[in-house]
Amino acid sequence: MDSTLEITQKRINKTKLDQLDRKERYTLFGLTVPYLALVFGLIIIPIGWLFYMSFIGRDETLSLENYRRIWESKAYFRIFKTTFQISLLTTLFCVLLGYPLTYFMSQLSNRWANICMIGVLIPFWTSLLVRTYAWLVLLQKKGLINTLAVDWGLWSEPIKFVHNTSGTLIGMVHIMLPFLILPLYANMRTIDRDFLKAAANLGATPTRAFWTVFFPLSLPGLFAGLLIVFVLCLGFYVTPALLGGGKVIMAAMKISDNIELYYSWGAASALGVVLLGVTMIILFIASKLVSIDQLGNRS
Amino acid sequence: MKSDALNISIKDVTKKYGDFFALKDVSLEVKSGEFLTLLGPSGSGKTTLLMVLAGFTRPDYGSVKFGIEEVVLKPPHLRDIGMVFQNYALFPHMNVEQNVGYPQKLRGVSKEKIKETVNDALETVKLDGLGRRGVAELSGGQRQRVALARAIVFQPKILLMDEPLSALDKKLREEMQIELRQLHDSLNMTTVYVTHDQKEALTMSDRVAVINEGGLMQLDTPSAIYKKPNNAFIADFIGESSLLSVKVSKKNVYLGNTKIFVEHSVEEDGEFLLVVRPEKLFLMQDNPTDCNTFSGIIVESIYQGESQLLIIKLDPESYGDQMLRMRVPNGTASLQELPSIGSKVTVGLKKFDSFLVE
Repeated sequence: MDSTLEITQKRINKTKLDQLDRKERYTLFGLTVPYLALVFGLIIIPIGWLFYMSFIGRDETLSLENYRRIWESKAYFRIFKTTFQISLLTTLFCVLLGYPLTYFMSQLSNRWANICMIGVLIPFWTSLLVRTYAWLVLLQKKGLINTLAVDWGLWSEPIKFVHNTSGTLIGMVHIMLPFLILPLYANMRTIDRDFLKAAANLGATPTRAFWTVFFPLSLPGLFAGLLIVFVLCLGFYVTPALLGGGKVIMAAMKISDNIELYYSWGAASALGVVLLGVTMIILFIASKLVSIDQLGNRS
Repeated sequence: MKSDALNISIKDVTKKYGDFFALKDVSLEVKSGEFLTLLGPSGSGKTTLLMVLAGFTRPDYGSVKFGIEEVVLKPPHLRDIGMVFQNYALFPHMNVEQNVGYPQKLRGVSKEKIKETVNDALETVKLDGLGRRGVAELSGGQRQRVALARAIVFQPKILLMDEPLSALDKKLREEMQIELRQLHDSLNMTTVYVTHDQKEALTMSDRVAVINEGGLMQLDTPSAIYKKPNNAFIADFIGESSLLSVKVSKKNVYLGNTKIFVEHSVEEDGEFLLVVRPEKLFLMQDNPTDCNTFSGIIVESIYQGESQLLIIKLDPESYGDQMLRMRVPNGTASLQELPSIGSKVTVGLKKFDSFLVE
């Protein structure tokens, strides 16, 4: 008994210091409470409720009929196919347009890079609806682009740009581009310019240096941007609905139709659950791929 | 790993950024097989000159020749010279082997040959067996060695180094200075080394080129630069020194009212600076013979391990208002008998250690 007392006494202020540690930890945890409450109230509960709804059939009893319909109906298969096709194409075009632009921006001085960044961000901050309607105005048969092109003799007949896949893609790529550029730019700015110099010094032509050094190092940023764009596309509603003109039907539109036209919450919920599930599977696979790649980028 | 070294001729190289001359008509010759250091404070133009050699900076005009070949118009990837970057610039997505093998792969060397040369290079820098390591798993000193291996694996005739040791701690840095120098001797390459550390430059180089304000101030062996600096900037920058204002009149040198004996006086009259190296001063016991004497009061006495630094305020009446630094090596008996702060001392400086700069 005496010896224990001695040891406790030797550890001067131990109890009080531990208390301080604990207090700091609780305070930090306290900062996350409002957000956790929001997530729980606005995301976990509604999604749980939707999940429950998806198992309610027309006769208001528990059943799998909503899922069975998705599985069996060709219309649903087509909708999923369109959704993935449009999302993949949008992502592809975003990469083709965004990667060179971001590379260019990453090589500029801070001042010019910031000016370019404003050019990327201003449309990003403008209302999505306004931009979509603007494309509708620009692209239609008697719109600015067709009128000018016919006047200048670029093509003889007005081309049908909207209310089809091309219109949907043009609008979606335009709106999604910043989501690719921002993470990619953040990544590219961290790539030391000396890497390219070193590659050149060691005998690499500029093209070779780009493909063997810069491009591999930019992959984490590219994957991050690419994933954000792809996942956002999967659930995109406004732009494909307006520019597709009802001819390009993606999953989000079908969900909306199920509720607004047929008042079928069960069917809509089931579609939502399937979309969420597929998205999560894709994210899971992608995260495996990305994490492997990021191993090399830790310096 | 022997290759034929190449000499480098730099002629009238000039680079302006706006109104600022980063390099102003710099001409210098680097002999083949020589270890030459570009030494200067930051912003002096030494790194710009190295970048011109590597091909990353194009000068406004001027000529750079490797051997007899003009290279100033050549892009960096065709210059075939090794370079060690300040932050090493090791590719983080490649392991040690891939980093070192990179230049060989670009040169289309066969796989077996790459393996062999990479192993040789790693052995040269004493990193054999670490080929599979990731760059992130290496210590600062090891990264430095990998960068070096990568720069020499393709046996370039010229090796450039841009402050390669600045990221290392002092002890490791001093070890590496000697090791790099030994490596240079065994590889037979022409090495151009950039540093702002004067001691490093003196330690490693065959010759030192002191660069300041975009120009070459002096190019000489370390001992010549230390013993006979061309001007006040070099006297101050290289080694420690006290610069005392003196007046020269008819080849006679006066510090305040006191006449000073110097090894080589100057022809013209005017204001000059007397360079006094702190370690060349000694405490006077007897009457002075054939040396300059300075008396004053010790205002500061600082223990610095290997030596004791004394700061002496010279007697204003005889010498004017000036300060003198003096270094007494530790371990000599004299240290115990050192006069304390506030006491009066007389110190001597031999005539052949006394010289003037402008």
